[in-house]
Amino acid sequence: MSPMDDDVSTLPVVVAGVPPLTPHPLDSQKRVRQETVRQIVRSPTFVFGAIVTLFWVACAILPGQIAPHDPINDSFGPSYQSPTWGHIFGLDRVGRDILSRVIAGARSVIEVAPAATLLGVGAGSLLGLIMGYFGRWIDNVIGRILDAVLAIPLIVLAIFVLTALSGSDEGISVSPFKLIVVVGLAFTPPVSRTVRSAVLAERDLDYVAAAKLRGERAPYIMLAEILPNVMGPIIVEATVRLGYAVFTVATLAFLGYGPQPPSPDWGLQVAEQYADVSLAWWAVVFPAIAIASLVVAINLIADTVQQVLDQ
Amino acid sequence: MLRYVAHRIALGLVSLLLLSMMIYAGAQLLPGNPGRLVLGREATPGAVAEFNHKLGVDRPLPVRYVDWLSHAVRGDFGNRYDDGRPVTDDLVPALKRSLLLTLYAFVLCIPVSVLAGVVAAMRRGRPEDRLITVTGLSLAVIPEFVLGAVLVTVFGPAFLKWFPGIAGALIDASFFTKLKSLFLPALALALVLFGYIARMTRAGTIEALDADYTRTATLKGLPRSQVLLRHVIRNGILPTIAVVATQVGYLFGGIVAIEKLFGYPGVGFQMLQAASIKNFPMLQASVLIIGIVYFVATLTGDLLMAALNPRIRLTRHT
Repeated sequence: MSPMDDDVSTLPVVVAGVPPLTPHPLDSQKRVRQETVRQIVRSPTFVFGAIVTLFWVACAILPGQIAPHDPINDSFGPSYQSPTWGHIFGLDRVGRDILSRVIAGARSVIEVAPAATLLGVGAGSLLGLIMGYFGRWIDNVIGRILDAVLAIPLIVLAIFVLTALSGSDEGISVSPFKLIVVVGLAFTPPVSRTVRSAVLAERDLDYVAAAKLRGERAPYIMLAEILPNVMGPIIVEATVRLGYAVFTVATLAFLGYGPQPPSPDWGLQVAEQYADVSLAWWAVVFPAIAIASLVVAINLIADTVQQVLDQ
Repeated sequence: MLRYVAHRIALGLVSLLLLSMMIYAGAQLLPGNPGRLVLGREATPGAVAEFNHKLGVDRPLPVRYVDWLSHAVRGDFGNRYDDGRPVTDDLVPALKRSLLLTLYAFVLCIPVSVLAGVVAAMRRGRPEDRLITVTGLSLAVIPEFVLGAVLVTVFGPAFLKWFPGIAGALIDASFFTKLKSLFLPALALALVLFGYIARMTRAGTIEALDADYTRTATLKGLPRSQVLLRHVIRNGILPTIAVVATQVGYLFGGIVAIEKLFGYPGVGFQMLQAASIKNFPMLQASVLIIGIVYFVATLTGDLLMAALNPRIRLTRHT
């Protein structure tokens, strides 16, 4: 199920610390990298995924330029007006333009998901390096704690932590910053497992032994010697996690752990208007499709990256 | 094998224990003061202190944890702060509802995805294979509530009106009503699983198709259908069985959103409600129950996998 377990050695990354056998080792390393990038960029699935993703990123950055109307303005017409030429996605319960809300709703997901992914992959890689490099009791203790965190579904974990963090008196309040931290930390255990198993495959190779004999310190060996050689699995993990971060953030928003009204967040829109789906399907379906399109697009990218890096 | 089983169970129990500690500490330390929460802002500090003393929450945390755990292992997860009823009064029926929904999802999902996986394997690299793989991959990554909302729009009250968009508690409902009301939530969960199970079956079937025993069976003159049925599929779906077991736990993450969408009061719904009103005994009990279901499911899957695969069974695990 984790396809990157043992394939690290076949990755097109030149091993650091090995004496140069070819006349221009750095050149060939560069060429291998260029070839990898070219293979990824030429794949039609990647291109399609990238276009859809970039569209939503553009919507998140410049909603005012792309959306035809103000997403918060509720004076366009009657409640739940069906789609018309003026408002092709129709109006929502209080008469707001759904097309504009779908476009503006990209922001709340896109300002959280990448940052959470970065945090999770960063922290997870660090932990994975430490566990894999030191092994023994360090690996065991950290491993058991991570197992405990992994013993409940991620969504359940996130809800629990977000509730506990919101104090006993006030209601549930979830800032983007809190979401980034909680989702990022929830991603740490699975990432660290992947990185750990990649590090295990590297740990006993000659270049690590050579670095130890040179008297290098552990942090240097981990970060400067091993890390570059396990970048393949980390990049794959990061792209897969990004899709999962969007999934998680959207679900949390739907459950009420995210932006609050009148935010045009996608998950929130579905939650707010689902009860009226028989009156106005457009108010539910368009934000739902927006979520699905972004998640699938990111996963198409992830899939291509994984296939190219794993071969 | 026995060694392996004991090892896996011990490891699982250790993580459950650690999990219970984290949950307990999280629920008790962070939100502060249950007396204040129940009695309200106007209550005198004395009344709050007395309430807390009666609950025993003024004792040191480790003491309370051990006390709570010793009851929890006997199935007593404590009482609600507000009306004093045992939390299991609500949790047990909720867990049954969730398990029913999960079971329904599997019944819908397994035949179709195993069939799709076998078809994909036999038509490896052809358009059918691509179609099944890409559909499965896409469905698996879309949030459950999104699939649920789209399904309801199409098959529910907005267009076809075949199924209701809200399930409700379904107390005293007939079996047929249950099946009908839970069809869309179960289908939403099943669609998420489809890609995963189909992919495992595909991989297993491809391995079996390429195996020497299949070539032998073909060469000794068995008809194609016999080769497929007796050798390929039998071996090909073995890994799938184990995967299915582990996915029960995975589904318990998805049911939270699905139960909320369909207003179906299972464990996930119960947990959300407890979280929204800060009912911490209920919240920690439901999280822990989800953890236990997850643990049992993963363990069953791993053990099945080990029983089927001597390479796992006989390797020493450290």
